[in-house]
Amino acid sequence: MAVRQQKEKVGHVLSKYKKDKSALIDVLHDTQSEIGYLPREALDQVSDGLGVPLSRVYSVATFFKAFSLEPRGRHLINVCMGTACHVRGADRVLEKMETLETVNCVGACALGPMVIIGEDYHGEMTPEKVSEVLKNYK
Amino acid sequence: MAKIKSPGDLEALRKSIMAKRDPAKPCITICNGTGCQAYGSKGVVAAFQDEVKKRKLGVKVDVKAIGCPGFCERGTLVVIKPEDIFYQRVLPRDVPEILSETIGKGNVINRLLFTDRATNQKVTKENDVPFYKKQMRLIIGNNGLIDPTSIDDYLAIGGYTALAKALKMTPEKIIAEVKKSGLRGRGGAGYPTGSKWESTRRAKGKVKYVICNADEGDPGAFMDRSLVEGNPHSVLEGMIIGAYAIGSHEGYIYIRNEYPLAVRNMGIAIAQAQAAGLLGRNIMGAGFSFKITMKRGGGAFVCGESTALMASLEGRVGEPRAKYIHTSEQGLWGKPSNLNNVETWANVPLIINKGADWYSKIGTKNSKGTKIFALVGNIINTGLVEVPMGTTLREIVFDIGGGIPKGRKFKAVQTGGPSGGMIPEKLLDLPVDFDELTKAGSMMGSGGMIVMDDKTCMVDMARYYTTFLEGESCGKCLPCREGLRQMRYILDGITGGRGKKGDIKLLEELSATLVDASLCQLGSTASNPVMSSIRHFRDEYETHIKDKKCPAGVCKL
Repeated sequence: MAVRQQKEKVGHVLSKYKKDKSALIDVLHDTQSEIGYLPREALDQVSDGLGVPLSRVYSVATFFKAFSLEPRGRHLINVCMGTACHVRGADRVLEKMETLETVNCVGACALGPMVIIGEDYHGEMTPEKVSEVLKNYK
Repeated sequence: MAKIKSPGDLEALRKSIMAKRDPAKPCITICNGTGCQAYGSKGVVAAFQDEVKKRKLGVKVDVKAIGCPGFCERGTLVVIKPEDIFYQRVLPRDVPEILSETIGKGNVINRLLFTDRATNQKVTKENDVPFYKKQMRLIIGNNGLIDPTSIDDYLAIGGYTALAKALKMTPEKIIAEVKKSGLRGRGGAGYPTGSKWESTRRAKGKVKYVICNADEGDPGAFMDRSLVEGNPHSVLEGMIIGAYAIGSHEGYIYIRNEYPLAVRNMGIAIAQAQAAGLLGRNIMGAGFSFKITMKRGGGAFVCGESTALMASLEGRVGEPRAKYIHTSEQGLWGKPSNLNNVETWANVPLIINKGADWYSKIGTKNSKGTKIFALVGNIINTGLVEVPMGTTLREIVFDIGGGIPKGRKFKAVQTGGPSGGMIPEKLLDLPVDFDELTKAGSMMGSGGMIVMDDKTCMVDMARYYTTFLEGESCGKCLPCREGLRQMRYILDGITGGRGKKGDIKLLEELSATLVDASLCQLGSTASNPVMSSIRHFRDEYETHIKDKKCPAGVCKL
C-alpha cells in the first residue's frame, strides 16, 4: 500500500473519533482492519492525531493480542485454542497449518476444533481436512 | 421511528406492533448465531428468503434470522411457528422441501427431526427435545422468539416494560428489589448485585458510570456472546434500569472484538434505542437521561478484571490495580463506577417485571435465579444450557448434555474456566451454585463447563490452562508473571517425560504464593486448575513422574 494511501486511511479513521484519547483501542482496531496491520508510520499518525504519546500507543498495540505490528498474509488463518477445541484436538490441527495465528476461543465450541479464515468459520476441523479447506484460499 | 415519550406511548406502540401481526401466520425462524454460521446458516437464511420470494409466498410466511437458542450441536436450527416444528442439521438444499411439504401441506419431514437417543423416537416440537425440556430458559429462551436486529420484535415480547415500570419507582426501591431478589453477579465472583449498586449510588460524586462487561474471555464460554448477539435490547434495558437506580447518566459496553456479530447487533440495538428515545434525554418523560457507548476490547483475558477493564476503557494498557479503594468509589476516570456482566444485566428486567418474591423462589438459599452454562468439550449435546441454581452437575452433563460421546467414560468437568477447577465423577451430584462450587475447589466463574472424557489427560489440561494464563498474565506483579512461568516449566517437564520427585510439592508451594501475593484475581485463582487436578487426580501426576507414562495416552513421554 502506498504511503499516501495509508496516510489517508488512518486520517479517515481518526476523523471518526475526534481526538478522543480513550478511543485508542478502537482507532487501532479500525486502522488494522484498513491496512491489515499496524505499521510504524500509522502508529506515529495515531499518536499525533489523538494527542497520545507514542510510547503509550506502542504499549497498547503490543499489550493486546488483537494487534499485529508485522504485515500479515492476504488470508488470515486463526486456529481456535479455546479449551473446548483443545480437548477435541486443536493442537493436532495447528501442526498441519503453516503461517497463522491462534485465538483464545471464538465461542463456537459446538463445532470445535474451529479454524477461521478471513471471515469464514470452519468447524469440526481435523488434521486431514486442513489441506482440503486451504485449497479454496489459494 | 417515533420517539417513545411516556409509558403510554410504549404500550400504544406495542399494541400497534401486535395488531399488525397474525399469530397464526407461519414464521420460519433460523438460528444465525456464530455457531450456526459455522454450519452455514447464512446459506439457509438466504435460501429461505429466495425461495419464499420465488414462490411469491411473501405475504403468507415470515422468515426470521434469530440469535442462538442454545442447541449448537444440531445446527443449523430451524423452527416453524406457530406449530413449533423443530428441524435440525438443516442445509440449504432442504429448504424447497420444507416450504412445499411443511409450509405448503402441513407435513412434517421425518429426516430433519431430532432423534431422542434414549427412546430412539423422533421429536417434533422444539420444547419436547430432551435438551430443552429439562432447562428453565428464562433469559436465553427469548433468543428464539426475536430477530435481534428488530426492536419491534423485542417490544412485541414485552421489551422495555420493565424500564417503564422502573422509572415509576424510586431508585431506592429498585435497589431494594434487586437486593431482595438475591441476584448475584454472573461474571464469576458472585458479588450481590443490589449491594454493588447501593455502594455506587452512595459513593460521593456527581458523575457516575455503569459498565457492561461483554469481554467474555473464558475460553469455552459463550453465554454472553449469545445474549448480546441474540437479544441485545435485554442487556440495554437492564443497564438503563441500573443507571437510573444508581444515578448514572453515562454507560459503557466493553465488548470482545473477537465477536463481530455481537458487536454488530449491539451497535444496531443502541442506535434503535436512541432513535426510540429509550436512550438519550428525558427517557419516557421521567426526566432521566442516559447514554451508552460501546467500546471494543483488544483480546486480553485480564480485562475481565474490573480495574483492568476500566483502564482499557480509558484507552490504556489493561493492567489491574490494587483494590484498596473499590471501583464503586473510584473506578473509570476515578469516578464511582458500577460494573456488571452481560448476563447479570439481562436478569434485571425480569426481576423488575416479575418481582423479587417470584425471582427469589428460583434457585438455592444463597444463589438465586437461573444460570446459563456453555456445555462444551467431550459431550453429546454441546450448547447453551440455562438451569435453576442448585441443579446438579449430573443432571446437566447427563440428562441435558446427553452424556459422553463415542461410548467413552466421564472423567471430569471444569467449571470457572482457567480460574476454576476440575471436578471429578465422585462430586457429580454437587448442586451447582456459587458456594458449593467454591467448596469443591472450583468456582462458578462466568459459566463455562468443559466436559472431559477418559481420553483426556488431567496433567495436560493443567498444563493447557497454565500456559494460557502465563500468556494472559499482564506482567505487572511478580508472583503471577514468574510463578505461572515456573509452574508451566514444571508441567512441561512432567508431560514431557522429565518429571522429578518433588515436582508436585513445588507446584503446591508456588500455588500458595500465587494465592497469597498476586495483585488481582487472575493470579490468585490461576493455580486452581493445577491444584484441583492434583487434589482429585494425583495418581495421574505420579504415573507421569514415576513411570513416565500418560494413562490417557495424550502426552508424548
